[in-house]
Amino acid sequence: MGHYLVRRLLIAVPSLLGISIVLFTVLALAPGDPFSEMALNPNIPPEVQAALRKHFGLDDPIWQRYFRWLVAMLHGDWGFSFISRVNVDTLILQRVPVTLAVIGASQVLALLIALPVGIYSAARPYSWFDRIASTFALIGFSLPTFFTGLLLILLFSIKLDWLPFVYRADLSATGWDWWVQQLKQSIMPITVLGLFQGAGWTRYVRSATLDVIRLDYVTTARSKGLRERAVILKHVVRNAMIPVVTLIALTMPQVFGGAVVTEQIFRVPGIGSLLIDAIQRNDTPVVMAVTFVFACLVILFNLFADLLYGWLDPRISYR
Amino acid sequence: MANDRPAFDACALGEWAEDVRGGRLPRREFVARLASLGVAAPAASALLAFAGVANAQPQPTYKPTKRGGGGALKLLFWQGPTLLNPHFGIGAKDQEGCWLFYEALARYDPDANLAPVLAAAIPSRANGGIAADGRSVTWTLKKDVRWHDGRPFTADDVVFNFAYATDPQTAATTIADFDNIAAVTRVDSHTVRFDFKKASPIWDKAANVTLIPKHLFESYTGAKSRDAPNNLKPVGTGPYKFVDFKPGDLVRGELNRDYHAPNRPHFDTVELKGGGDATSAARAVLQTGEYDFGWNLQVEDDVLTRLEASRKGRVVACPGGDVEVININHADPWSEVDGERSSPRSRHPILSDAAVREALTLLVDRKSIHTFVYGRAGVATPNILNNPSRLNSPNIKDDFSVERANAVLDAAGWTRGADGIRQKQGRRLKLLFQTSINSVRQKVQNIVKQSCAKAGIEVELKAIAAAVFFSSDVGNPDTYGKFLADLEMYAVAGRPPDPDTFMQWFVSWQMAGKANKWQGVNRGRYRNDEYDRMYRQSQTELDPVKRTALLIAMNDLACREHAIIPIVYRPSIYGLGRQIVASLSGWDNALSGIAEWYAEA
Repeated sequence: MGHYLVRRLLIAVPSLLGISIVLFTVLALAPGDPFSEMALNPNIPPEVQAALRKHFGLDDPIWQRYFRWLVAMLHGDWGFSFISRVNVDTLILQRVPVTLAVIGASQVLALLIALPVGIYSAARPYSWFDRIASTFALIGFSLPTFFTGLLLILLFSIKLDWLPFVYRADLSATGWDWWVQQLKQSIMPITVLGLFQGAGWTRYVRSATLDVIRLDYVTTARSKGLRERAVILKHVVRNAMIPVVTLIALTMPQVFGGAVVTEQIFRVPGIGSLLIDAIQRNDTPVVMAVTFVFACLVILFNLFADLLYGWLDPRISYR
Repeated sequence: MANDRPAFDACALGEWAEDVRGGRLPRREFVARLASLGVAAPAASALLAFAGVANAQPQPTYKPTKRGGGGALKLLFWQGPTLLNPHFGIGAKDQEGCWLFYEALARYDPDANLAPVLAAAIPSRANGGIAADGRSVTWTLKKDVRWHDGRPFTADDVVFNFAYATDPQTAATTIADFDNIAAVTRVDSHTVRFDFKKASPIWDKAANVTLIPKHLFESYTGAKSRDAPNNLKPVGTGPYKFVDFKPGDLVRGELNRDYHAPNRPHFDTVELKGGGDATSAARAVLQTGEYDFGWNLQVEDDVLTRLEASRKGRVVACPGGDVEVININHADPWSEVDGERSSPRSRHPILSDAAVREALTLLVDRKSIHTFVYGRAGVATPNILNNPSRLNSPNIKDDFSVERANAVLDAAGWTRGADGIRQKQGRRLKLLFQTSINSVRQKVQNIVKQSCAKAGIEVELKAIAAAVFFSSDVGNPDTYGKFLADLEMYAVAGRPPDPDTFMQWFVSWQMAGKANKWQGVNRGRYRNDEYDRMYRQSQTELDPVKRTALLIAMNDLACREHAIIPIVYRPSIYGLGRQIVASLSGWDNALSGIAEWYAEA
């Protein structure tokens, strides 16, 4: 187990290097530059823009810039944003709490829907419950979040005027009032994301459970006289969860990456909106940092999922 | 093309204005004389005002009788400020955030005149602030102004800002505002003198830069400028004190109890939220009333009108210097000269024919573009200079006529071929028209293309991603600076009240090309010796009235020669909550007058 872990972590190093090279090259080859906004401002002559490019080393060859970035990164220096001249780690850390709160809550909501509904549907396939659940799941993952988001805004903010549609990370209220306001502004983004994710997962949980529920050992367990509840929870679900765990583990990095579209619609100041702003402004250090952290998390959660298999299924061993 | 109206006699104008000032010439007579030159009465009055004759500016009435008590002011920007050091600001959004906490010596009012903020008075020739030789300007500062930490604001702070911004290691974006300034000298604790490198009629540029405190930034100049803790925690002189800042997302402030203007500000807290898109920002202000102010609402006008129907807010249009133009390529984009297309040395095979340029100008249906595409966000104009009204030329007419365009082309020997497209000496009248990807611009492109087709001109349309089109990327062929097409459309935005930067668009030494890495602002590669001469004269003409006349004459020359085709001038569009009374100017940042804002009870 220990060996396995070390080996996997060592393999991760070249993968991360490769990822960083690809990311950096793509960003460097992309057209545009961080100071293009200045070109539209006649008060700022082009020489200022050129001087800034030079000052921030944007005119150097790609490989030089890459190694400069790499060396700094190895020293724990993430660089600073060309646009706001703030350290990138500060920028990211500012966005983490909101992202975790909103995206994390939506993932929890998705799990809370997907697991019980999926398992119950599989336990009684083609029942009325299963049919209704399947229909809603189909609708759920067919509708993109930007559509449901706008629909909810139209209904709850504009027609009914119940909920605000601009998310504010800094609510001025305190105590109870803060919780009420926080809840009101979070309901819509969390629902939109949670239902979308939950719908997909429900179908997945259902089919994974269905695969297992017909196996002989389940019949044996039933004929032993075990209660149905124990059969499903102890014998079926544990085995059915292996593919589901993979899926969930691989979506976990998204909690960090944020949800670009939904964050934009509700103005949630999460990492997704930081990333999209940085991309639009060609703010390379920020884009690099966010995507790189994202890559690290994907690799990490992959490893985590592999380790979790061993616990779920003792037949899997690590060498 | 020929116009036999007498050109402005700049000298006579100045003398007349002096006569009015001295009481020798009645105002009415002055207006009548200008009318004979084709200057409309309002413009003539504005000219007089500019000459210092009638300086009674209507002050915005501020009703609240005590400081504070207005509750929270909520501002919504679809692009939030990413930094709060005015010297690092990249775009207007950053300067907007700075104005909550920092202030400049003066701001521009809706008529493009300076109004004092930290200055006690605006320098003029009359009060001796502007030196007669144009080599210096002296500012007296308001007394009893304190930074948010209690330290007094003095002349030393102004001197420091100059040194800070002009240090190349600071990499300040405001460096250009000080480009003609040789030195800033402290005269006494509340008087500073700006000495110019060369005598210039433009003495006000540096006055609009918001100022940072010396005592907090003096140990962080040059290469260390990025480390200043106050880059993110502004301590200014403004109406609001800093509370919190998250780049790109949120700025919060609270009432400054020691603000230097009485009874101001009205609001107890201010919150600036960024992010999202312009349409939903308009919705949050106009339809749901969640926010009190929506910044730069670049939304189609009929959408705004529909949202306004909810009566939660209203749209305000503030005319400024922005103008949407079709730039004409006077150089040849289709053949290489010295390994360079659109070389400043070449001449366009088709567009060098003035008849074609005239026909194109006649084929732009500005009224329809204004009515059906821009609405309040773009007013039809045949002129380059539109605002303030004193700069608006009455001599250029907006004509749209397919018949006349056809006649002009016929007369010039462009005959229709079998497919209806005109040609001359084997050259088809076919033009490539490019712009940035933007639904409004693309609609305008199509309107122009359709009317051109009626006159036998084939127009091919091209739209380029804005990030590429407006970039200064030397390696990319699709930038507006390289201009490898026949026509291109974009807007001049954020122009300062003095049109000097825009007038450089037509001077020969600013032609964009390989030599200057396509950074010259004369992207149309237009050349006219008469224009060059007039521009040089406008650079040294110190009499504001004569200079104004000169600028109008330059506008007329460029428009009559069809160096460019102006389409609409574009006011800044803001959304305001129903009760909010805001002092907004199209010539300055929306929040530059934030101290004057209040909510009607």
